[in-house]
Amino acid sequence: MNGIAFLRRWFWVWLFGLPLLALAVWGIVDNERLFFATTLNGLTLAALYFLVASGFTLVFGLLRNVNLAHGSLYLLGAYVGWVVGEWSDSWLLAVAAGFLFAALMGLLLQIGVFRYMHGEDLRQTMATIALSIIAADVALWIWGGQIYQFDPPRWIIGSTALPIVGKFATYRLVLLAMAIVIGLALWWFLARTRVGMMIRAGVDDRAMLSASGVNVQMVFAITFAIGAGLAGFAGVVGGTALSIAPGEDTRYLLASLVVVIVGGMGSVSGAALGAVLVGLAEQFGLAYAPTYGVVFTFVIMALVLAFRPHGILGRRT
Amino acid sequence: MTERTRMLIGLLAGAAVATVLSAAAQAQETVKIGLLATLEGPFAAGGQDGMRGAELAVKERNGMAGGKKIEIIKASSDAKPDVAVNATRKLVEQDKVQIMVGPLSGSEGIAVKDYSKSQPGITFINGSSGAQATTLVNPSPNFFRFNTEGAQWMVGLGDYALNDKKYKKMALIAEDYAFPYSQVQGFMAGYCKLGGKVTHKAWVPLGGKDYSSVIAKLPTDVDALLVVLGGSDAVNFLSQYEQAGGDKPMVGGSITVDQTVLNFKGKRRDSLLGTPAAGPMADSIDTPEWKKFVADYKANFKDGFPSPSLFAYVYYINMKAALDGLDAVKGDLSGNQEKYREALKNLKLKTPTGEVTLDENRQAIGPTFITEVAKGADGVFYNKVVKTLPKVDQRLNLPKEEFEKMGLGSRDVPNCP
Repeated sequence: MNGIAFLRRWFWVWLFGLPLLALAVWGIVDNERLFFATTLNGLTLAALYFLVASGFTLVFGLLRNVNLAHGSLYLLGAYVGWVVGEWSDSWLLAVAAGFLFAALMGLLLQIGVFRYMHGEDLRQTMATIALSIIAADVALWIWGGQIYQFDPPRWIIGSTALPIVGKFATYRLVLLAMAIVIGLALWWFLARTRVGMMIRAGVDDRAMLSASGVNVQMVFAITFAIGAGLAGFAGVVGGTALSIAPGEDTRYLLASLVVVIVGGMGSVSGAALGAVLVGLAEQFGLAYAPTYGVVFTFVIMALVLAFRPHGILGRRT
Repeated sequence: MTERTRMLIGLLAGAAVATVLSAAAQAQETVKIGLLATLEGPFAAGGQDGMRGAELAVKERNGMAGGKKIEIIKASSDAKPDVAVNATRKLVEQDKVQIMVGPLSGSEGIAVKDYSKSQPGITFINGSSGAQATTLVNPSPNFFRFNTEGAQWMVGLGDYALNDKKYKKMALIAEDYAFPYSQVQGFMAGYCKLGGKVTHKAWVPLGGKDYSSVIAKLPTDVDALLVVLGGSDAVNFLSQYEQAGGDKPMVGGSITVDQTVLNFKGKRRDSLLGTPAAGPMADSIDTPEWKKFVADYKANFKDGFPSPSLFAYVYYINMKAALDGLDAVKGDLSGNQEKYREALKNLKLKTPTGEVTLDENRQAIGPTFITEVAKGADGVFYNKVVKTLPKVDQRLNLPKEEFEKMGLGSRDVPNCP
């Protein structure tokens, strides 16, 4: 009996793990350097996706608000960060400005708009779509259709020699480190601080939290500001790795939606897992099957939706 | 209405009919030209500039051609073929235009060419669409294209890379759709024939952004890379390649190192210096005609780009061809525009970059410019002309049999690993 239960429990792992393991072994034997470089690329892309999606999932978990303007916060944070970076000649100031501006925008949105439509999913969705369209047009009006790139400190943008992989972009390693630090900080904030405790309590039962004398609106506003700030932060950090141009808003909105659907709505660890899966799928697709690689991400999403509609680490609500 | 009855009615009805007749005569004095470009979607900025180019051609002759007043009726699409055909239909069937100029992008061009077959009484002239198939596969007798297309734009660059730059072995990275296929064919047809080798081809999705794994896969035993990417794809690839420690020189496509890429907002662009590329125009053509065109563009459009874009230039020459044709027949569009089309076919079009003539499929034979990225005294990057090919035809200057044996460009055609 125990054996069968064991098999059942690990069924999904066997079903997907073994073929993937076989492919990985083939990949390593075939071209070791390419395999590990692609893995590292996937992980670093995942780091970027995690930064964007963690804010998105945090807001959804607590506020039940699918913020479809999340991508606009990413783009606006990046543009404002670029302006500050150009003016001050400091990349770190640009990162800080991206975070602060998006956080402020998030705060204003929560206090000025979403507070008045609490619990009305459809109205919130329509309002966020409208806001994202307005934001995209305003950005196009101010910054035009040109391509923007940041100017980080010299030591970050070179390449570093790694064992097996060889030369690898230093900045992508920095990106990975940043995502890990932020992930740990988020975990610490949610698990160990008083505000984090309130947020977790709010995720589980909003009414009860409010009844026990906590200022729920305040908790909501803080959460929204942090979530939005993370998007703006990711805007500058991601714009440095890639570039900033009109259309990036919907691109990252879509990426974070996929990540969050795969990982589980409202779960920060789910966002991390989803980001790793999507990032690896994209990079392995590009390296090993460039023509069909784009499909991989959506195959993962379809499988998750079919067998675990609440996401891999999601909970039924 | 015959001349006889018209005279009879004129005699009988007097003044009232005279007014009607003069109105009819006035209608004869104007020629309606439909102008279609994308003012929505991904190429909106290019479409707007295309309109500027076409308007410039009309303005140059004070809105008159062949002794008639030119009336322009504009319509917009969003780079989708069905939208382009609907907009063209509206112009032809509702607004009753006699000549059409447009559309902007490749697949739109094929759709409008197919529609033109159902309107034999109207003459269609291309806007800036550059698909090879438009005039090579089932050409339409009343569709004319006075601009060269994607494959023609790259002819001569293969020779330049191999013999001037000494790149014997190259790897290719390009977006996975029709326009880059044509561009790569234009390059490789010459490059392979002269003995060059392209050992690795990476076709990446349009708008892919993160190229790090594609870069990891590039072979290290090549002399240079052929990069046929456009807009932000190009900027992303170039900076990621540099960040990943890549150090191979590059050869670009017609839109890889154009004004939009050279002028991106950021500082890291010195690695682009000296990159060869090719196209139907260049920022610094040293002829009085080109300088006059640029000066006219700047004087007329204060809201335009610092220098006319490829779209402005190509729309300009197609509209100019339409008007030159009208001049040649003195505005005579009678007999299903037979004379007009004959005139267009035989036109020796004077463009700002040189003379353009048409082949038997009504496709342009025109100049191609080989360029290199250079830095001006003011620190601004631009494309310097290093070589000019005055006449390139749609078969890439190859004998007919040889081109037909090769076929149209695709992922695997041509091939020389």
